[in-house]
Amino acid sequence: MPYPEELKKFIRKVEKTRPGRIEKRKRGEEFPFMSAEEREEMLKYHPDYKEEGRREIKIGPNKGYRIAHEFVDLLEAKSRVDPDAVDLSQVDAVTDVLIIGGGGAGTAAALLAQENGAKVILATKLRHGDANTMMAEGGIQAASKGWKDSPYFHYLDVMGGGHFKNDPELVYTLVTEAPDLLRWFESLGVMFSKSPDGRLETMHGGGTSRKRLHSCADITGADVMRALRDEARNRSQDIKVLEFSPAVELILNEHGDCAGALLYNMDTEEYFIVKAKATILATGGCGRLHVQGFPTTNHYGATADGIALGYRAGVKLKFLHTIQYHPTCAIFPEQIEGLLITERFRGAGADVLNVDGEKFVNEREPRDVESGAYVKECLVRGKGVPTPTGKLGIWVDSPMIDIIYGEGAVKRLFIGKWKIYDRQGIDISKDPMLVYPGLHYQNGGLENNANCETSVPGLFIAGEVTGGLHGENRLMGNSMLDVHVFGRIAGENAALYAKEKAREAKLTLDHVRVYHKEMEEAGIVTDRVAPMLLPDYTNPEVRKRQLTAHYVGTLR
Amino acid sequence: MSGADSEKEAKSSAEGTAIEEKVALEVVEKKIPVYVMGRRYEVPEGLTIMKAMEYAGYKFIRGCGCRGGVCGACATVYRKPGDYHLYVGLACQTVVEPDMYLTQIPFYPANRASYNFEELKPAPEEIFKLYPEIFRCVACNACTKVCPMKIPVMDVISYLKQGNISKAAELAYDCIQCGLCTSRCMGELPQYHIIQLTKRIYGAKIASRSQHLREADEAIKSGSYEEPLRELMSIDEKELRKLYREREMEPWEAGEDWRPKETV
Repeated sequence: MPYPEELKKFIRKVEKTRPGRIEKRKRGEEFPFMSAEEREEMLKYHPDYKEEGRREIKIGPNKGYRIAHEFVDLLEAKSRVDPDAVDLSQVDAVTDVLIIGGGGAGTAAALLAQENGAKVILATKLRHGDANTMMAEGGIQAASKGWKDSPYFHYLDVMGGGHFKNDPELVYTLVTEAPDLLRWFESLGVMFSKSPDGRLETMHGGGTSRKRLHSCADITGADVMRALRDEARNRSQDIKVLEFSPAVELILNEHGDCAGALLYNMDTEEYFIVKAKATILATGGCGRLHVQGFPTTNHYGATADGIALGYRAGVKLKFLHTIQYHPTCAIFPEQIEGLLITERFRGAGADVLNVDGEKFVNEREPRDVESGAYVKECLVRGKGVPTPTGKLGIWVDSPMIDIIYGEGAVKRLFIGKWKIYDRQGIDISKDPMLVYPGLHYQNGGLENNANCETSVPGLFIAGEVTGGLHGENRLMGNSMLDVHVFGRIAGENAALYAKEKAREAKLTLDHVRVYHKEMEEAGIVTDRVAPMLLPDYTNPEVRKRQLTAHYVGTLR
Repeated sequence: MSGADSEKEAKSSAEGTAIEEKVALEVVEKKIPVYVMGRRYEVPEGLTIMKAMEYAGYKFIRGCGCRGGVCGACATVYRKPGDYHLYVGLACQTVVEPDMYLTQIPFYPANRASYNFEELKPAPEEIFKLYPEIFRCVACNACTKVCPMKIPVMDVISYLKQGNISKAAELAYDCIQCGLCTSRCMGELPQYHIIQLTKRIYGAKIASRSQHLREADEAIKSGSYEEPLRELMSIDEKELRKLYREREMEPWEAGEDWRPKETV
C-alpha cells in the first residue's frame, strides 16, 4: 500500500525543505558533527545505557557481569539434552575440522581449512548461506586507495568508533588483511561496483575519515555469500555440508580440548555426534532475541546459539553489554518493519529529518550516536513522525539521491531496496523512507585472539559470535570485513591445529553437568533451555490448543 | 500475463483497499480467509504470507530465511479463485489477499555442475560444456514470468547462448536463487545455477581487476605501514583520542581526485 494521506502531509514538509538542503549539499555545507563530549551526552539516549534493561549473570566465567536480560536468560538455561542420555561412544561422523555455522565466517573458514589439507564438515542450522552475511547491504571497508587512505586511518576510525576499547591486535589484523580479502573476493568472482578500468567505487560510512566502503550495489553480502557458497560446493569432496543441523552442545575430551559437537537434525528430530580434531564456532549474532523488545534486521536464525555453547564450555564474554542498534530500520509499512535501510543511503547524500522536515543530526555520526539522536528526537524532543500503526519514525530522504546524481540513481545504487518498497507501492526515488533504530549487530561476544583461538584448546571462533574487535560499537562495513578476515584465519589455524596439535582422548559432556550444577547452586530454577535455535513467532492462541504438544524452549 | 503484470494487478487491488486499510488497523484486525496447501485459515488483513502462516500456527523450519527479501528461502506460488494464472511471491514480502491459495516451494532439486573455477576460461563454451541443457531452452518465457525478482531470466539464457556473458551477468545481478525458474522450465534448465556460474566468471575473469587494490595490498605486505601502525597500537588512549579527533576528514562532496594534506 502506498503512503496514506496522514503521512503524505508530513512528506510535503520534507519536499518543502528539500531544495534548500540540496543547495547546502552542493556547497559542501554539512550539519556539524558532534564533539566528543556531545557524543557522550547523546549516548545516554541509546538503549545500551538503560540500566533496567540488564542484570547480573549469576554463573560461569563472567559471573557478576551485567548484560541484557535476554542474554542472561539464554545463559542461565539448561542444555537441550540431558548429558546422561547421550552415548558418546557412538560417534556418527569423524572429521578434521567441524565448522558450526554456514554464513560468511563459516564458509570462508571451510574454504581455507580445505586449502590447508583438512577434511571439513560444515553444520548449519538452516540452509547453507542463510545468515546475516547474506543480508549485509552497505558494503565492506578496506583502505584500497593508497593515494588518500591507509590501514593507519582505518585503524584510527575503528578505534574511535569502538570508544577506544577495542583489542588493538584484532584491529591491526582487520585493517591489514582488508585489501588482501577484497582481492580474494575478486578472484572468486564477486561482482564489485567498479568502473570499466577496474577502479572500485568507494563511499563514506558513519565514522569513516576516508571513503573506503566498497560494495556490490546494495546487495554486497548476498553477492559475496553466494560466491563463497558456490566455491564450497565445488569442493564437496572435502567440504561436507549438513543443513538444518544446528549444534546444541560442544563436546570436549578428557584433556579439556574441544573435540566436536552434538548436532540436531531438525527434520528428523534426532541428535547425532560429530567428532573433530578442531572445531570452529561461527554461529553469528543475536537479533532474534529481540533485546528490550526491539525489532531486528537479522536473519531468522540469529539467536546467539554460539554464546550459550561457548560460555558453557568455559569461554569468557567480552563487550556483550553493547549491542548495535542500526539507526535506520524500516518502521513503516508494517510488512517490512525491521528491514535494514543501509547506511549507504546516508553516505550517498540522503538527509535524515524530523517531523518538520528539518535536519537534527549529521547523518554520518557513528551508529550508536546516530541511534541515540533518533531516540532523543522521537521520545524526548517530540519531533518523531507518527505512523498510522502508532509508532514514531524519522525520515531518510532518498529522493535527494536522484536529484544529486541524476534520475535513476536510487534504482541503480539501491536496486534491492527499491524493489522491496515497490512491492509495497512506494517509489523511494520519489518519496522518503520512515525508519527507527533496530537490533542489528552483536558488538561483543566470546573472547578470541587474532589467531581466532579461545581459552579452550581446539576451539576456534570467528565472526559475529566473537567480541573484542569492535569494542563497544562497530562501524559500518567492518562486519563484512570481520567475518571473512577472521573466518579465513580460523579455517587456516584450525586445519593446522588438526594436523599438528590435536590430542586423542575420551569424549565428555562433563562441562555441561558442571554447568547444570552451578546453576542449581546459584539457586536458578528454570525450565529455560539454550541454545534457542529458532525464535518463537507461533500464535499463542494456537499453542493453547496444541493439547498434546510438548515444547522444549521454542521448539515443539 | 507476465510476472510484472501480475504484480501490477496485485498492487492496484491493494490501492483499492487502501482507505479501508487504516480502519482495519484501528479496529485492530479484519480477518480474511487464505488457504495454506488447501486448508482454510482466517488471518488478519495486511500480514505478509509468512506472518499469516505463523498466525495460523505454523512454525517454520524450512521456507523461512532472512525475512527481508534477499535470501530466496521462502518462494511461494499461489492462485486466486476463478483465475487460471499462477502467481508467485516471496512469503516474507507478499501481503495476503482474500481467498488466495498457496504453497511454499522451499526446495527444488536441480542439477548443479561442479567445476574447477580457477581453470575456467572466460568463454561461453565453458558454460555450454558444464550445462549443455542450456540449448534445450524453447524460449517459452515461463522462467521470466515466475521470477519474483522480475529478472528477465529467458533473456539471460538467450544472451548466454549468443556468447554475451557480461550482459547476462548484468541482467541477472540480483538473482536470489529461489529456484522458481527451474521449477517451471520445460527444458529442465537449472537457470539459477547457470546464473551463479555466469556471475562468477564475469566478476573474476571479465571485469577488470582493480589495480589500486593490488597496490594497496602489496604496500601492506611490503611492510610500509608496519611502523606507524605499531606506533598507534602502543600509545595511550589520551594520545589516540587526540589523533582521532584531529584526523583529516575527506569531505562528503569530494571527487576521486581529492588528496589529503598528509598521508601515512
